[in-house]
Amino acid sequence: MAEFLQFTVNAIILGGTYALLGIGLTLIFGIMRVVNFTHGDLYAFGAYMIYMFAALLRLDFFASIALAGVLGFLFGGAIEFVLLRPLTGADIDTTMLVMIGASIALQAGEQLIWTGVARSVPTPFSNAPVVIGPVSVLPIRLFVLSVAVCLLVGFYLLINRTRLGVAMRATFQDADTAALMGVNNGLIYTITFALGSSLAALAGALLGPIFVITPTMGNLVALKAFAIVILGGLGNIVGATVGGFVLAFAEEFGAGYISSGYRDGIGFLLIILVLIVRPQGLFAMKERIG
Amino acid sequence: MLRSKSYTIAAALALAAPSAAWAQAQNDILIGVDEPLTGDVAASGNYVTDGARIAEAAINAHGGVLGRKIRLVIEDNKSNPRDAATAAQRLIVRDHVPVLMGAWGSTFTLSVMPMLIENSVPMVVETSSSPKITTSGNPWVFRIAPTSEMEAKSFAAKISQFNPPIRKADFLAVNNDFGLGSINAFKTALSAAGVQIGAIQTMSPDATDMSAQLATIKKSGGDTLFLTTEVEQIILVLKQAAEQRLGQRVITDGGSSSPDQLIAQAGAAANGNYFTVFFAPWFPEKAPYPDLAKAFVQAWTGQKYPVPGMTEGYRGYDGISTIAAAITAAGKVDPDAIRQALWKVKVKGLNGDISFVPQGPKGKESGQNEANVYIVKIVDGKVTLQ
Repeated sequence: MAEFLQFTVNAIILGGTYALLGIGLTLIFGIMRVVNFTHGDLYAFGAYMIYMFAALLRLDFFASIALAGVLGFLFGGAIEFVLLRPLTGADIDTTMLVMIGASIALQAGEQLIWTGVARSVPTPFSNAPVVIGPVSVLPIRLFVLSVAVCLLVGFYLLINRTRLGVAMRATFQDADTAALMGVNNGLIYTITFALGSSLAALAGALLGPIFVITPTMGNLVALKAFAIVILGGLGNIVGATVGGFVLAFAEEFGAGYISSGYRDGIGFLLIILVLIVRPQGLFAMKERIG
Repeated sequence: MLRSKSYTIAAALALAAPSAAWAQAQNDILIGVDEPLTGDVAASGNYVTDGARIAEAAINAHGGVLGRKIRLVIEDNKSNPRDAATAAQRLIVRDHVPVLMGAWGSTFTLSVMPMLIENSVPMVVETSSSPKITTSGNPWVFRIAPTSEMEAKSFAAKISQFNPPIRKADFLAVNNDFGLGSINAFKTALSAAGVQIGAIQTMSPDATDMSAQLATIKKSGGDTLFLTTEVEQIILVLKQAAEQRLGQRVITDGGSSSPDQLIAQAGAAANGNYFTVFFAPWFPEKAPYPDLAKAFVQAWTGQKYPVPGMTEGYRGYDGISTIAAAITAAGKVDPDAIRQALWKVKVKGLNGDISFVPQGPKGKESGQNEANVYIVKIVDGKVTLQ
């Protein structure tokens, strides 16, 4: 029972971070139809930013997280404006190739600047775990889960309760009609990409201090984020959130009760099963075609 | 007129200087280095390369080899087996190196090995520990690092030093040739020493969350966890083990734990745990050749290389020293002559005496060095020798 409870707590904490990674990608993937291969690199970018602000420049830890999010937003906006805007109307293969190139360049840049040596960030949280019965968890993980929940709720409200959200959803459903209704598609694309990038950078800034920071830290993360987006359905914030938790529970319980060697395989097997039963994902938004 | 002549002479000298340097460079003896300089294990690969550069400088400062300078040609294997093979191919086909050093991880080295047979070029393996490397019948492979079996045997001989004693062992290893080979070797050696075997868990090389594995290990009720992976994952496992209040003491093997980095990045979670290393830079006076160890530590710090990298960097130094000794013994820069000479070398290395004994199927034996293994413990944020 103690083991079951620990697996459950681990899965909830992991699910919160997976959801955070998934919603950034689902926004971009769903609204812009851009396969954002730089998502993992923007995650690493956020982690290096908190390392620079909190560990090197000794700024306040919480302010450093916010700064990483702001810089992620600006960096993402710049990527959209410089790399993707000129490709408006280009086929998906061209865009994918450009994004793969951008990902390689970003990772190589991080390697050049920070070297391959792992970095770690000091935090204001205690290293003593919070112990509740048979379950223990570090305070920083509870903080990350709380921030992730706030961000998930915030983005849900942004998409569903604001004029910007209406414009984003309209662009997702039918970009041409949205443009005819007065939506500035270019601006929506830039904001969407910047917001998605900001979320990736925030996830990196939140998780970097828990793990260690390396230039390749985003590779597996990007793969998982893609899986979550596919699982939850394109462009759906709720879907990405549920997808994140489903993947985390599958991995944690699969590794615990079936085999740790196939931890990643179990998660992806689940995705295959979901796609066979429901090819559009668990919570796909309706899309107008034609 | 005079001024014009001066210009002509100056121009001729300016042209001659680089061409003399170029001619000198053409005369250098090339040594191929195939290491992970980018990717998941880039830090370790860079440390090994730094150690190799120190050896290159030291050898050239003493007149080089066969009256010629040695020059490292370094290729990045990007921490993956496919690129490790490509890097070796580039070094052999493009640069015509007569001998290689590489390729850090067992999986990378195994992917390079067929190319050594195809091109008849020897390689000194400085890090990889999978037994398969020297038992698969590749006569072009010479390993200076200990195999997992040697390490396990050496560890089992010191098992009585542990207090409280090791009664039940659990395992957590990276799911590749290095980790799986180590589990098998330590399981066999510990079982023979009467230790009960508990949970056996694995993790992918890029995994960052090992909470499920640690929860299973915690339930096993063992007293010691044997952990096999590279330093970044060791940091994560130690931190997550402290988070889950794991009762087991942790012992890492493979020699790539970099205790200084663990102290800096895992903090208190590193205390009370044990690590096997093959070079102990904290105690150069206790090395088999103290003067050599002191000179290496001085050169490393003089170059301002990261201090935690010394436990890994020694591998590059010993690897290049071994290759230089073989070229000297061969008397010529020829791959087959170097291979034959490798069987005869006796090198004073940072790890100890380096020489090769045959391993693997008869007629196609690989060379294996009997390397020394040290066990260190972190106590109150400081490294102590066991």
